Amino acid sequence: MKIAVCIKRTPDTESRFAIAADGKSLDAAGLKYDISDFDGYALEVALRLNEQQGPGETVVVSAGPEGTQEILRKALSIGADRAIHLGCDTLPYDGMAVAAALSAELRGQEYDLILFGRNATDSGNATVGLMTAALLDLPCVSAVSWLEIKEGRGTAHRELEGVTETVGFGLPAVLTIDEGIARPRLPSLKGIMAAKKKPLETRPAALGEARLTVVAMELPPERTGGRIVGEGPDAVPELVRLLREEAKVL
Amino acid sequence: MSGLAVVEAREGALRKVAFEVVTAAKQASGMTGGGEVHALLIGGSNISASAPELGRYGADVVHIVEHPDLDRYSPEVYAATAAALIQAGSYRAALFCASAQGRDLAPRVAATLNVSLAADVVAFEFEGDAILARHPVYIGKAIATLRLTGTPALLSLRPSAITPVETPAAARVNRIEPAIAPRDARITVTDLSGRAAANLDLGEAPVVVSGGRGLKAAEHFRLVEELAAAFGNAAVGATRAVTDDGWRPATDQIGQTGRLVSPELYIAVGISGAVQHLAGMRTSRVIVAINRDRDAPIMKLADYAIVGDLFDIVPRLTEAVKQARADS
Amino acid sequence: MPFEGVDFYQLDRQLSEEERAVRDTVRAWVDDHLMPVIGECYIEGKFPRQLIPGLAELGVFGANLPEEYGCAGLNNVTYGLIMQELERGDSGIRSFASVQGALVMYPIHAFGSEAQKKHWLPRLANGKEIGCFGLTEPDFGSNPAGMITTAKETADGWVLNGTKMWITNGSQATVAIVWAKTGAVDDSKSIRGFIVPTATKGYSGRDQKGKLSLRASDTSEIHLEDVKLPKDAILPKSGGIKSPLSCLTQARYGIAWGAIGAAMACYDEAVRYAKDRVMFGRPIASTQIQQVRLAEMLTEITKAQCLTLTLGRLKDDGKLTPQQVSLAKRNNVNMACECAREARRLLGANGILVEYHSMRHLANLESVYTYEGTHDMHSLILGEEITGFAAY
Repeated sequence: MKIAVCIKRTPDTESRFAIAADGKSLDAAGLKYDISDFDGYALEVALRLNEQQGPGETVVVSAGPEGTQEILRKALSIGADRAIHLGCDTLPYDGMAVAAALSAELRGQEYDLILFGRNATDSGNATVGLMTAALLDLPCVSAVSWLEIKEGRGTAHRELEGVTETVGFGLPAVLTIDEGIARPRLPSLKGIMAAKKKPLETRPAALGEARLTVVAMELPPERTGGRIVGEGPDAVPELVRLLREEAKVL
Repeated sequence: MSGLAVVEAREGALRKVAFEVVTAAKQASGMTGGGEVHALLIGGSNISASAPELGRYGADVVHIVEHPDLDRYSPEVYAATAAALIQAGSYRAALFCASAQGRDLAPRVAATLNVSLAADVVAFEFEGDAILARHPVYIGKAIATLRLTGTPALLSLRPSAITPVETPAAARVNRIEPAIAPRDARITVTDLSGRAAANLDLGEAPVVVSGGRGLKAAEHFRLVEELAAAFGNAAVGATRAVTDDGWRPATDQIGQTGRLVSPELYIAVGISGAVQHLAGMRTSRVIVAINRDRDAPIMKLADYAIVGDLFDIVPRLTEAVKQARADS
Repeated sequence: MPFEGVDFYQLDRQLSEEERAVRDTVRAWVDDHLMPVIGECYIEGKFPRQLIPGLAELGVFGANLPEEYGCAGLNNVTYGLIMQELERGDSGIRSFASVQGALVMYPIHAFGSEAQKKHWLPRLANGKEIGCFGLTEPDFGSNPAGMITTAKETADGWVLNGTKMWITNGSQATVAIVWAKTGAVDDSKSIRGFIVPTATKGYSGRDQKGKLSLRASDTSEIHLEDVKLPKDAILPKSGGIKSPLSCLTQARYGIAWGAIGAAMACYDEAVRYAKDRVMFGRPIASTQIQQVRLAEMLTEITKAQCLTLTLGRLKDDGKLTPQQVSLAKRNNVNMACECAREARRLLGANGILVEYHSMRHLANLESVYTYEGTHDMHSLILGEEITGFAAY
């Protein structure tokens, strides 16, 4: 199958997290970037499908500034065949603006499947995949937790708040992939070396208009936590009293 | 301004999030000098019986699509129908719930209408021609203020961010047809299975009781279940360590790579509070922690903590909660 | 918590994208696969054999040997970074990789026939064959040229007799590179290398029990009793003590990097602990004594990193000398031993538990201090280089 996987370069915020002086972005000092977690699952799904179902091509696409090339090369080292970088100075926050660029790139290329991660770990919006599918007028199933493709048709599971939905669809289709579907492989060292020889094309991103922008970003209000009500089971009555009278949750 | 609330039902009944969205649409109307509040309700046979409930929360008009093949969510049909209605109705804003269904539906509608969507917002207000909305980013480490321009403005609201408020209105029913025929949908839902609807979902339950490694073995989760049952409206959650070990299903995992929950009350039993778990529950309104270790990270986050052996404390708390509820 | 490394002087800027990518990949692999099991393996005294296929798939065996033989074909700085990251996990695991790559695959590549290379290298690279290096003997450690293992030529091949000791992988290896004298027992020029499949009659490996160091590693005695080998078992281009010593230079180069990994692990653990551990109402990180400890560790690690990166670039430029490697191995292992010890002390009572890593590194590093040329031997190698006098 010819499969496109759209990936996003996101910052690793485990250790370093500070708001920049402009008050609306992350302080870039010391930040490390990687492929957004859910996109990694999507890439793994694509690679497995092509491994299991005979010869195919996995193409990774990413819109973003220059550093995006590094994550595309990582995707190549993990096993993608070809990479496309849609360059722009900054990636807009507005999913519609990004979906415009992605759909312009993907249109007419006859992909059997176009995969996205369920959402990006920075914005947490979960919009670009669905929007791109709608702009391409392709069927789309989001938050796929299990997938089977057989003879041009697909069956997917979606986990929805405690229930599992089973969905049928035909190809070509767009899917956004949930985590847990498969364990993403690490690049092998040979893969890292082979990636240097794989094609990576760059062209300007044909972004749409951005009507949703970030005007401010701040840390959540400090919780004043850490109040120890007491020790052992004897503290229970006091806890219940506080929950009822002070917190008003009981 | 007139606003449209796209509401959600499951198995023929309105979900709590439906009332949150209607309340939000009513609030939006109030912010902009009044204006009608409409709701869109799509469902299977007899869904129209739920229309008056929407009126309780402020819906002046309820557009209803009642079709035997639409008792389950059908993304393309719902999206096309909502888009057509929004287009025809010249609404200033359309609000969705950022539930699993809403997160699937809202972006489709936005792209169909070629407008932008502020997803998963926890608060919003109008500023001139624009809407300012607040949305947690970086898995809750920060809150972004977003500016959305264009009409209609589409927003999806994080479940439990808005508290439903009853402001009775007429809920005049307007029946409409689906914009595309259900049988023409390219995506078909063939099954819906899982735990009984009676079990409260983690994302909806006002109270969540979670257990971690401190419970020592899978069979001790019974203590957490009993405490949850004592509340009557609680769901049971778990940490990643516990779901990785197979004590609880992966769908119960609360954390950075699991469910994000924001209940009124979160009780952490035998949970140390690893960063990735905290990311999943730190926006809960009230946090209670029970742990042997007074220095565990969760103890610093908790509004109220009890230090000690959970095997002694939790059964005591279960009894006390049952008593308190019986008294009230 | 995933390991983030120590890079006070921003040496990452001097690494290529590939070098960083390989380093990060091995680092993540160690976090995912090794760290969860190493404590238990260490206590039980077992090498985690189940990790061998994963390591092979990653491509770490003989990583700096050419692609045509199924190897990754990486440069020497990258090879060093791999060893650094493996030893950040455990010296025993890095020892396994050092032996497989530098002491088994390297001699086959350097001294073997084309047929030997084509047969053995791909199989060793993918972990189907596991190798060991038989040089050291019970009475010949620092002075390997004095070995008494013999290889007598016969009509159809060779017969080997002798005992080797302290052989990493000796019991689990499927193939051994054994160094033996084909001539008189005082003729070190007659030392040649032999490829010995361990299933050959007469070869036996026996685990050396009772180790208090490198417990997650197979360390064995091997006995060769009338081991008959075909003519083509010999490594044709091997000859003299120089041959095994050149293998040791490869391994020692990797160990210089590895020691940095161990030191970083201990330093990282010590910093995190010091910030979290509260005593007398404040974190111990705010006390002068612990700050001095941490400053010392960071200084030594940074010095070693700068030194070793330069060494790696020299090797990639083909300008490396064994004495340069001696300086790095001697310095880095010694400083790592001290970092581990100081970290252990900072951790207080918790520092004696296996769930903290410093004491395991402390114990392991004592072996690393002694093997592949003891610290003192490297002092004398440098002494000879400096003065011209051999003082062994």
